[in-house]
Amino acid sequence: MAAQLEVRNLEVRARNAAGEEVPIVRDASFSLAKGEVLALIGESGSGKTTIALSLLGYARPGCRIAGGSIRLGETDVLALSRRELREFRGRRVSYVAQSAAAAFNPSRTIMAQVTEMALLHGAASREAAERRAVDLFRSLALPDPEGIGARYPHQVSGGQLQRLMAAMALIAEPELVVLDEPTTALDVTTQIEVLRAFKQVVKGSGTTAVYVSHDLAVVAQMADRILVLRNGEMQETGSTARILAAPGNAYTRSLLAAAAPMPRGADAAPDAPPLLTVKGLFAGYGRGGSGGLPAVPVLRDVDFTIRRGSSLGVIGESGSGKSTLARVIAGLLPAARGEVLLDGKALPPALAQRTPAQLRRIQLVFQSADTALNPRRSVAGILGRPITFFHGAKGAERDRRMKRLLDLVQLPAALADRQPGELSGGQKQRVNLARALAAEPDLILCDEVTSALDTVVGAAILDLMDGLRRELGLSTMFISHDLHTVRSVCDEVMVLYAGARVEAGSRRGIQEAPWHPYTELLISSVPELRQGWLEERGSVRGPEAQDTRKPACAFFPRCGQAIPGTCDVVAPPRRRLSKGAEILCHREEAELMRAAIPSGP
Amino acid sequence: MSGVLRRLSAGGIVGLAILVFWVAMALFGSVVAPHEAGAIVDMEVFLPVSAQFPFGTDYLGRDMFSRVLHGTRYTVGVALIAALIASGSGLLLGMCAAVWGGWVDGIISRTLDTLISIPSKMFALVVVAAFGSSVPVLILMAGVIYTPGAYRIARSLAVTVNAQDFVTVARARGEGTLYLVREEILPNILGPVLADFGLRFVYIVLLLAGMSFLGLGVQPPNADWGSLVRENMAGLHEGAPAVLMPAFAIASLTIGVNLAIDVLSGGRRSGEAG
Amino acid sequence: MLKLVAARIGLGIVSLLLVSLAIFAITSLLPGDAAEELLGQAATRETVEGLRARLGLDLPGHLRYLNWLGGLLTGDFGRSLANNVPVAQLIGSRLPNSLMLAAATAAVSVPLALAIGITAAMWRGSTYDRAVSMLTLSVVSVPEFLVATAAVIVFAVHLRWLSALSAATDITSVGQFFRVFALPVFSLCCVIVAQMVRMTRAAIIDQLRAPYVEMAVLKGVGPFRVVLRHALPNAIGPIANAVALSLSYLLGGVIIIETIFNYPGIAKLMVDGVSTRDLPVVQACAMVFCAAYLALVTTADVVAILSNPRLRHR
Repeated sequence: MAAQLEVRNLEVRARNAAGEEVPIVRDASFSLAKGEVLALIGESGSGKTTIALSLLGYARPGCRIAGGSIRLGETDVLALSRRELREFRGRRVSYVAQSAAAAFNPSRTIMAQVTEMALLHGAASREAAERRAVDLFRSLALPDPEGIGARYPHQVSGGQLQRLMAAMALIAEPELVVLDEPTTALDVTTQIEVLRAFKQVVKGSGTTAVYVSHDLAVVAQMADRILVLRNGEMQETGSTARILAAPGNAYTRSLLAAAAPMPRGADAAPDAPPLLTVKGLFAGYGRGGSGGLPAVPVLRDVDFTIRRGSSLGVIGESGSGKSTLARVIAGLLPAARGEVLLDGKALPPALAQRTPAQLRRIQLVFQSADTALNPRRSVAGILGRPITFFHGAKGAERDRRMKRLLDLVQLPAALADRQPGELSGGQKQRVNLARALAAEPDLILCDEVTSALDTVVGAAILDLMDGLRRELGLSTMFISHDLHTVRSVCDEVMVLYAGARVEAGSRRGIQEAPWHPYTELLISSVPELRQGWLEERGSVRGPEAQDTRKPACAFFPRCGQAIPGTCDVVAPPRRRLSKGAEILCHREEAELMRAAIPSGP
Repeated sequence: MSGVLRRLSAGGIVGLAILVFWVAMALFGSVVAPHEAGAIVDMEVFLPVSAQFPFGTDYLGRDMFSRVLHGTRYTVGVALIAALIASGSGLLLGMCAAVWGGWVDGIISRTLDTLISIPSKMFALVVVAAFGSSVPVLILMAGVIYTPGAYRIARSLAVTVNAQDFVTVARARGEGTLYLVREEILPNILGPVLADFGLRFVYIVLLLAGMSFLGLGVQPPNADWGSLVRENMAGLHEGAPAVLMPAFAIASLTIGVNLAIDVLSGGRRSGEAG
Repeated sequence: MLKLVAARIGLGIVSLLLVSLAIFAITSLLPGDAAEELLGQAATRETVEGLRARLGLDLPGHLRYLNWLGGLLTGDFGRSLANNVPVAQLIGSRLPNSLMLAAATAAVSVPLALAIGITAAMWRGSTYDRAVSMLTLSVVSVPEFLVATAAVIVFAVHLRWLSALSAATDITSVGQFFRVFALPVFSLCCVIVAQMVRMTRAAIIDQLRAPYVEMAVLKGVGPFRVVLRHALPNAIGPIANAVALSLSYLLGGVIIIETIFNYPGIAKLMVDGVSTRDLPVVQACAMVFCAAYLALVTTADVVAILSNPRLRHR
C-alpha cells in the first residue's frame, strides 16, 4: 500500500538574532502508512514542532519552508496556494496544540470553536456538526457531553480542554492529525486520562497521526513508530518496540538512559543528627482566617525532619503548596503557626528577624534559570556578591573563591565574564547552583531545578548535585512534581496534597505498597517506559466530582477508596504503616493493601 | 554601545541629531542667535523667508530665527526639567510601591489615580487660574501632571522584575531595600523607563506649547515657541513664516524624540512583519 | 457581573468626589485671599472683610467645600466674579455648542478610526500599514494648533472653501452648518483619529500574537475571519478603552480648537475664565469636563467587563 504521508528532504530555515537565515530542520525524510501513529521525539531545539507544523504547510513567523516536499495522499502540500491551503487545513490535516488553555479563544464558546472547522469548509450543516461534536465529547469521556459545548474555555479544567481540542481536531474527519506535546502542560494524574482518551479515538477511528513529544514513556504508549530528532537532524527511525529495546544511535541511548534514571541517593536517611526540623507548620496568604490562620491557607500541619547530609524529596502537583514550603523555610513567607528549627534552635519566622548567619545556612535554588539570574549582571557579579556579603572576601580572595565555585559546578573559569543571556540552559542552572554554594550553606532548597531543562541536561545537573552533596556534606530539600526525579535523588520522600502531608517515608518505602490513595494515584499515573502499560493500567481515579464544599480530607473528591460519611466529615488520622511510612488516611493498612494497583490486567 | 550603534536606523540617526541640536540650542541659543530677542530689525512685518531673515520677521518686525533660538530654552529647557521631575518622582514612587507593596503601594496608587482622573489640560488650566503662569509654576505643574503616568509604567515594570526569582534570592540572602532597588531592579527597568521619559517629554512640550498658545503659558517679554505662534496669529491669513516656523520647530522636536525612542527601545515598533 | 459593574460605577463616583476635592483645594484653599485680589489696590480693611463675608471666605475650609459641593449638586454653581452672572447660566448657554461640536467629531472620527485601525492591523507590515503608522505618529507628535492652523491656511486662506471663524448662533441652512462646523470638526478629527488608530491597531495586533490565532490559522480560517471573528472579540475591551481615551482627548483638544476658531463653547468660556482669574467659572467648567472624562472612562471599563466572558460568566 502506498504511504499516506510522504516527507522528502524537508528543510526549514529561520532568521536568527543577527538577521542571518539558518536551517533549523535539515533533510528530514519519512513516510507514514494509513492508520499509523508516528512519534517525533527530541529535546527543545530539535525541530520536532517545526516539522509538525510544516505538515500543515505552515511555518511560524520568521521561519520559512526552504526545500523538500510533503505529500499527503495525492496532494503536494508545499505547492498549494493560500486559498487551497485554507481548504486543506482542518479538513485534511488538523492540529492539537500543546497548551489548550492558550489555543482556545477565551471569548467564544467551546461549541463554536469545535465546529468552526466543519462549518467553515462546508463539510456539514450546523446540526450535523454539533451532533458529531457531542459524539466526540462522549467518546473522549468528557463529563456532560450535551452541555459542555455551551461553556466558555475558562469554565472547564485543563485536562478537559485538552480533550476538547482533540474533538476540535477530529470534527472534520481529517486524514492526518498532528498532536504537538498535547499532555506536557498537564499534571501527571490528569495526563493519563487524556492519553487514554486520545488513544481510544485515534485508534478507534483509524486516523493517521503524528505525535510530537519529548517524553519517551508517553510515546511508548501512543506510537507505532518513532523518529528521533536532534538539532534539526534525524538521528534514527524505527518501530517503537525496536527503538526501546535496541536503540542503534548513541543519542537515542542517552535519551533512554535519562528517561530511566539510576538511583543516586540512599534507600533511607543516614543516621545523622537532624539539621532542620519543621513542626506543625501552617502558612498561607492574607489575614483574617479562623483561629489566627491565613485567609488562604496553603500549608496545613506539616511536620518533617531533614538529617545532616540527607536529601528530602517533596512531591506534589501544581497548587499543592510545595513551593510555599520552601518560601516559609527561607523566611520569605512567615509561618502563621508552628516552628522551624535549625540545629534544634527555633528560627524566627520572618526574614528581617533572622541573623545573617542563619540566612547564610539556608539557600534557595529556583526552577527557571532564566528568571533566577539577573540578566544585567555578569556571572562574576552574580557569584561575587554572596561571597562578599557572607564572607567579606574582596579582590583576589573573592576571585579565588569564585574560580573554585565555577570549578565545583564544572564550568570553565572563562565564563565569569559572560552575561546570563550568553549561557545555555544547563550552564545557567549551574551558575544558579554555584551562587547558592557561595554562601557555604548547610541546607539547599531546590525548587523544580530540572523541570525547565531537557532530560539529558537535567540528568547531568542531578548527578552534579548528588556529587556535591556527598563532597560538601550538604543537606537538600528537593521539590518536584516529577516522581522519577525525586525517587532518583532523595533518601526520603514527602508527598503533599492540598497543603497537607499525606505520606512521608524513606525512598524504599515509597516504592512498596501499600500507599496513601493519592500516592498510589501518583505512582500509577507515571507512564512506564514500555509498550502496553497504558492498556494494562486500571483506572484508580474516583469520579470527577465538582463539589464546592470543603471536605475534611481534601483528597476525598478524587479518592478511589473514599468512605462517604467519614472521609468528607472527619479529618483523617495519622497512621504508621509497617513499611515505616506515615500516612494521613482513614483506611487501615490491610484495606489499602487490598486496593493497591494490580500488577496485571 | 556598539550594539546600539549597529541598530541605528536612518530615522534613528535623524531623530538623535534633531534632539542633540535643540538641546544645544536650549543651552547656547541666546549666544549664537544673530539678534537680541527683542530687537526690531526691519520696519516690514511678516517678511517672507530670505537669506537675511531665514524664518522671516514677526508682527513687530523682529527676526523670527533669533526669536525661535531664544525661545528654545523656554520650550526645550522647561519641558526637560518638568519631564525629569515627572519621570524621576514616578520612578522613585513606582519602585517604592513595588518593593514595599501593601499599604504603601495602596496609598501611592490611590492618590495618583485621583490625579490621573483629571485631564491634563484641565489640570493645567485650573492651576494657572489659581497660581498664575510663572516658569516655576509651569515646570512644577507639568511635572505633577505627568507623574502618575510615569509612576504606572515604572511600578508595573518594577513589580514584574521584583517577582522574579533573582530578586527573591537576593532578598532571602538578607539584602537591604536600597541594594535590591539599585542593583537588582533598576538596571532591568531602565531601558523602558528612558523610552517613557522621552514620551513624557513630548507630552509636556505639547501641553506647554498649547498653554502658551492660549496665552496662559510663558509670559512676555519671554516667549516659548507656543507664544511665538500666538503672537503672530495675525499673519496666519497671509501664510507668514512667523506663524509656521515655531510650529514646525515644535513638530521637528517631538517627531525627533519619537524617532530617537525607537532606537532606545531597540527597533521598529511599527511596521514589524508577523 | 452586576456587582462588578456596580463596583466600577461606584469607583467612578468616588473618583469624581476626590477630583472635586482636588479642584476645590487648588482653586480656593491654596492661593491667596480672593477678596483681597478682587479688590486689588482699592482694598481697605472694611471692604475686604465685607467681601469675605459675602463670598463665605470667613468659614473654615471644609465647610466652604461642603457648601460648594452642595451648590454643584443643586445646580447652583455660584456667580461669575467678572460680570456677576450666575455660572450655571453661562454654562447653560455654552454647553450645547460644545456638545454639538463633540458629537459631530465623535460621529466622524470613531467609525473612521476603527476602520483604519482594524484594516492596518489586518494588513500589518504592508505599505498601507506603514503609511498609516507614519502619518498618525506625525499627527500625534505635533501640537493641535498646528493642525488647526494648517487647516485654516489650506481650506480658508488658499482654497477659500470655508470660513476660518465660526459662530454657532446664526445657522440657517445645511450649507451654513457645514461651513461653520467643517474646519473645527476636521481639525479635531485629525488629532483624535490619529490617536485612536494607533491604539486600535496596537490592541488588535496584540491579540493577533496570541496562540489561539495561530490555532485558527491552522484550522484553515482566512485572514479576515481571523481578525473579525477571533481577534476582535478579545480586543473589544482595549478598543473601548482607546475610544474613551481618545474622546477624552477631545476634551483637551476642544480647548485649543474653540479658541482658534473663536467658537462660543464651554472650553472658550473656561479659557477666558482662567485669563481673568474668574475662579467660580473655572471650577464649574473643570467639574463639567472631569465628569465627562470620568463618565467616558467608566463606560469603557463597563464595556470591557461586559465583553469579557471570564468576567461575564463567573
